[in-house]
Amino acid sequence: MNWFKKLKDGLSKSSKKVSESLASLPSLSALIGKSKLDAASLEEVEDALIAADLGTASAIRLATALKAHKFDGPVDADSIALALADGLEAILKPVAKPLEIDPQNRPHVVLLVGVNGSGKTTTAGKLAQNWQAEGKTVLLAAGDTFRAAAVEQLQIWGERTGTKVIADATGGDAAALAYRAMVQAKEDNADVLIIDTAGRLQNRTELMDELAKIVRVIRKLDDSAPHDSVIVLDGTVGQNAMSQVKAFSAVADLSGLIVTKLDGSAKGGVVVALAEEFGLPVHAVGVGEGADDLQPFAADEFAKALAGVDSEMDRRTVNE
Amino acid sequence: MFDTLKSKLADVFDGLARRGALSESDVDAALREVRLALLDADVALPAVKAFTDKVREKAVGVASMRAVRPDQQVIKIVHDALIEMLGGDAAPLNIATNPPAVILMAGLQGSGKTTTAGKLALRLRSRDRKKVMLASLDVTRPAAREQLRMLGDQADVGVLNEVDGESPTQIAKRALQAAKLQAYDVLILDTAGRLSIDESLMAELRDIKKATNPHEILLVADAMTGQDAVNTAEAFHKAVGVTGIALTRLDGDARGGAALSMRHVTGCPIKFVGVGEKQDALEEFDPARLAGRILDMGDVVALVEKASEAIEVEEAERLAKRMAKGQFDMNDFLAQIRQLQKMGGLGGLMGMLPGIGKMQKQIAAAGIDDSMIKRQEAIILSMTKKERIAVGLLNASRRKRIAAGSGTTVQDVNRLVKQYQDMARMMKKMGGKTGAAAMKAMLGGSGMPGRRRCNA
Repeated sequence: MNWFKKLKDGLSKSSKKVSESLASLPSLSALIGKSKLDAASLEEVEDALIAADLGTASAIRLATALKAHKFDGPVDADSIALALADGLEAILKPVAKPLEIDPQNRPHVVLLVGVNGSGKTTTAGKLAQNWQAEGKTVLLAAGDTFRAAAVEQLQIWGERTGTKVIADATGGDAAALAYRAMVQAKEDNADVLIIDTAGRLQNRTELMDELAKIVRVIRKLDDSAPHDSVIVLDGTVGQNAMSQVKAFSAVADLSGLIVTKLDGSAKGGVVVALAEEFGLPVHAVGVGEGADDLQPFAADEFAKALAGVDSEMDRRTVNE
Repeated sequence: MFDTLKSKLADVFDGLARRGALSESDVDAALREVRLALLDADVALPAVKAFTDKVREKAVGVASMRAVRPDQQVIKIVHDALIEMLGGDAAPLNIATNPPAVILMAGLQGSGKTTTAGKLALRLRSRDRKKVMLASLDVTRPAAREQLRMLGDQADVGVLNEVDGESPTQIAKRALQAAKLQAYDVLILDTAGRLSIDESLMAELRDIKKATNPHEILLVADAMTGQDAVNTAEAFHKAVGVTGIALTRLDGDARGGAALSMRHVTGCPIKFVGVGEKQDALEEFDPARLAGRILDMGDVVALVEKASEAIEVEEAERLAKRMAKGQFDMNDFLAQIRQLQKMGGLGGLMGMLPGIGKMQKQIAAAGIDDSMIKRQEAIILSMTKKERIAVGLLNASRRKRIAAGSGTTVQDVNRLVKQYQDMARMMKKMGGKTGAAAMKAMLGGSGMPGRRRCNA
């Protein structure tokens, strides 16, 4: 099952899709036959986008852009959704970049950072599984030395996927562990080293300093590392994602993001606001608990899912 | 990133001549800003709508008071309505029952259920003197049960032993049996994270409820949650009938609008808030504080509390008397600086002040930080006793000596003297206010922009 289908399944199970809320607009019936939107229905479009976590600024911008949009034929919920999807895709396309391993890097170091509970450890396990399946040598570093049983959690992922896990007991020094993992990965001539880190709230200076130290220590052994510094965002997060990306960029020099838990009712619309504000690449989305539920981010499909474009409205997605 | 609601409202009412009463159009203009502020704080749309309707009703026609500007009046109405909607009264845990009282923790993956279960266990054991047992029904997430065991050990409470191959409902039944036999007062059941739309897992939660008949079902939710908070709360409430909400990660910088969303759709009180990673970082919910935070008015209450804790009353009185007489010298200035440090330094204080995003930038630009306070202390300590009392003595050569003695530059010394003079002037104006008020004034006077006082 491709991820778009999963995403769509998730969204269709959720209480309301954008197109549904658009379809229920009272003002819409008055518009049928016209080729432009009026102010009242624009506000409803804006609300629908805000309800998907796009934030007020991005929602207002997109709704305003719709105002200028010249519809071919009469305006209805479907044509609004399609026009919205186009607008969203234009924003998301430039940031859709899969996570790629550069074989020149020995190892290619992927650092996973983020706030507590966003899904870093699970994402580390899933990434290991996917690369392992491609025949790459992968090493996992259990850098979350703070949360109780986080090390055990990653070790279980290691067993499941047949990946070596470098770990210390809970309470150890995360930077020292990262260093040891770097040394080991070089010794093993591993293709990839995935470093999991403890969740930390971005306003906790001392914890952010600790993360900066991990990055510094990694660079002692390879000054181009980490080759990917990825923030893991919970799909249900609201506008605080902006503050997270900003703060983690400052200490860990972020190169991209992964959004998890998009198989629920949350739509992850903050990705749009992030793309507009930071232009940070979106690598992948998590759409389930299985290891193969981490899928590359596809801008067009995400845009359609956000706008609630149905398969009947767009043949191309039916044929996939 | 965002201007505070207060400055936006001030703009709305700017140039508005004082009238007899707030007109409908004044209120509507203000409510547009309130709406945006709430949405930016992640309050979900349905809750925002319900809230603005309520405020409109209250605000239209309110006679404007002489002493209060209309924007301040609206802020007060908004603030009060927000507190009311967040739930005015404290809602204690309902565990007064024939033991064991069962508490069921539910929520999405990663919301903080297991951590909160551990914190709650510690709180019930140490504050309420209860005999507590923890049991993990999470057979899905790897090592979830180990995590709860470790937390239980740290909290020094009982933890149900693990038996392989049991279903969550089976574990729940066994836990209840064990808690009864071993005479536990409270049994806390931690469950696996689940999506609100996952029917089979929600059915499992219903089964667990049926099997254990819990007295409290706490929905654990992340303070950073966005608009989806309404869907999540609605789904869990419909499935199992939530009795209270625990809001986690309120120590972050999220504005926490999700609390209002969830309260709105479930009508359930918010019982606890998680405010840190340590096991004792679980507090009772305070609607007034969160209201200030959602409106980005800063946690002025916490600031005042912290100030009153750190400032010794006698010292404050002494300073106040001296200030009233205009006798504020360098020794007093030094005492003020030291009290500021006691209150957690600038970093600690800034987190509690409103309009923080904007301010931090300006403060960084001005080079004001904790090390600057340390330098100021060093400068004053490099002065002679006479110089500290009679600042007028400080001529160029004395300033050079002080700079060398404190490892700073003459410019630094000049800046400090200027700052002292500004403050002394202000102190004289303020007359005999209390220590806390003086401290707040001092913060305002030392060049920190953007700070506004809370009206409510």
